[in-house]
Amino acid sequence: MELDLAQLFAGVVAGAAPIVLAALGETITEKAGVINLSLDGTILLSAMVAFAVAFETNNILLGFILAAMVGAAVAAIVAFFSIYLNQSQVAVGFVLTLMTRDLAYFLGNPYSRLQGPQVLPLSIPLVKTIPFLGPVFFDQSLPVYFSLIMIAFCGGYVYKTPMGLHLRSVGERPLASYARGINPKKMQMVYSIGGGLLVGLAGATFSLCVKPGWGRPQGAEGTGWIALVLVIFGGWNPIKAAMGAYLFSFLQIVGIYCQQWLPGVPAQVFQVAPFPLMIFTLLVMSLAQKESVLNWAEDKPQMKSILAFLSGSMPSALGKPYRPE
Amino acid sequence: MRIITRYLIEGILALFAVLLSTTIILLVSGAPPFAAYYYLFNGSLGSWTKLAQVIQVWVPLTLCASGLLYTFRIDLWNIGVEGQIMLGAVFTTAVLRIDAAKSMPILFIGLSLAAGIFGGAIWAVVAGFLKTKGGVNEIFAGLGLNFVGQGVILWLIFGPWHRPGIASMSGTELFPQKLWLPFYPALRLSPAGLVLAVAALVLTALFLRYTRMGLNLKAIGNNRDAAMLFGLKPDRYMIIAMIFAGGFAGLAGSVQAAGVYHRLLPAISSNYGYLALLVVMLSNYNVWITPLVAFFFACLNVGSIQLPMMLQLDSSLSGVIQGAFVLAALSVYAWRVRAKLTGEMAKDDGT
Repeated sequence: MELDLAQLFAGVVAGAAPIVLAALGETITEKAGVINLSLDGTILLSAMVAFAVAFETNNILLGFILAAMVGAAVAAIVAFFSIYLNQSQVAVGFVLTLMTRDLAYFLGNPYSRLQGPQVLPLSIPLVKTIPFLGPVFFDQSLPVYFSLIMIAFCGGYVYKTPMGLHLRSVGERPLASYARGINPKKMQMVYSIGGGLLVGLAGATFSLCVKPGWGRPQGAEGTGWIALVLVIFGGWNPIKAAMGAYLFSFLQIVGIYCQQWLPGVPAQVFQVAPFPLMIFTLLVMSLAQKESVLNWAEDKPQMKSILAFLSGSMPSALGKPYRPE
Repeated sequence: MRIITRYLIEGILALFAVLLSTTIILLVSGAPPFAAYYYLFNGSLGSWTKLAQVIQVWVPLTLCASGLLYTFRIDLWNIGVEGQIMLGAVFTTAVLRIDAAKSMPILFIGLSLAAGIFGGAIWAVVAGFLKTKGGVNEIFAGLGLNFVGQGVILWLIFGPWHRPGIASMSGTELFPQKLWLPFYPALRLSPAGLVLAVAALVLTALFLRYTRMGLNLKAIGNNRDAAMLFGLKPDRYMIIAMIFAGGFAGLAGSVQAAGVYHRLLPAISSNYGYLALLVVMLSNYNVWITPLVAFFFACLNVGSIQLPMMLQLDSSLSGVIQGAFVLAALSVYAWRVRAKLTGEMAKDDGT
């Protein structure tokens, strides 16, 4: 079988689009100090809503808009329970991840395995003829371009704008930012909803673009958990989290090729392979923070740079609801 | 007296909120709400056979929920309970597949249950060590291990343990009937599972309430730093809690494999682990309320099987209702805490 590298990487960029959006959304939410654990179910529910709306109205844009609103609504529930009702974010997020998944299967039942509308590819003239880069980045569809733009936007927003500074301050030291005249509760609510919008769009990108259609299972199951892990992998940096999404998408596609090359290995092994890898990544990330490991790498410049890439600190107030004293 | 009225009002409000939201969801999907409720009720408590099915679901739910009480007590989120059920079923199946099992059924049934407990505990301890030694959050470690457990089951069913002839999603070959947990033929219900679940519940209640270890778990869960100053080792107790949780979940997997399905199949855990997490949350981590909530959730699960047949609805409605109940309960608890706080503040102002 001939291996076309440009085609392979175009597939990586397209397949990663929803994961990038979900990971970016969750990074923004967690930067403000809120963990939205409901990602996996939210993505499914918004994917179902996007497909159902686009199917009924034949309007793809409307599907994307309503999916984003679903994502925002679920995120708002998580944030409300934690910020205003002082309930555990993990508990509420976990309940919602199961509940939204079941709701998606329940309401989506009549739309199972139907042929519906989907986003058409839209190549950008002129630049698409650039060798390699053209087909990889400029011969895609709108949601994919959107995911690429959002990486730059989120990275710039968080680290280069005054609003981004406020966002980070709320996640790090809510009391101090309160003293500076920022309302932490309001900010956490706003950024939870903002992150939720992106998660909803991730769902729509699945059901209208990357894995068109709805069914039980849809094929997006598990992605939400991957996105949550990518946030940790990215060290709460949106750009690094997005890089993680591309790495994951690359490994997924390599897995499909491997299945063809190694027919002796059962297919089930490749299906679950991302998850032990996910645990392993988290293990390495955590070990990379340990003092003994840092000391060991002191005189190994290559190891040091790898560790520096893996380092990234969690927002200090993550998961701890802000309570004014 | 006042407190009872209060709890009653809270309960009715929560129930009303859940019914309202479920009815709206049913109307949105174009289904007749009252018919749906009728089938949910009739499908779970309508006859003795249905009730037997409910108890069949109640057993693994209660076993898992008992185990989760240990981990919640020390403030651990054992999401890996799902995979622990699967590994319990795998280990049980491994023992029952030994050739010698047929000649000594009683011994091997006992061994297979012990193996199930062992399998579940191993899976839990892996997540526990990833947490205490590796610094990996137990939610992600457990979740990853759930997917791995599912992969192990699929690989066994399609690989080494496949049926003679063709491997399929329907699972491995049935165990010889001698190796099934004894059951009442009329109800297809195994009393052994029931006994094990009740025993697990009583053991958990006694352990958490009356033993030093149970008290230490609570102390660490409530205030880790203070417990450490007191000379308790949180890491060690986390592993202990995980062993209990994994052991009970593994036993649930054993009962499912040896007593219900009589084989290993891909959906052996039936999401009962995730559901048990909701059960414990809705019970507000109370040992004695847990079995009641588990019974109610089991009714919803069994009743919802009627929905696809009678109304062409997806059976996942039960999951939506269960989630709505937990959310309603969380709001009630929040409201209770808030009322208490404002009450105290009012008292402070008075003096």
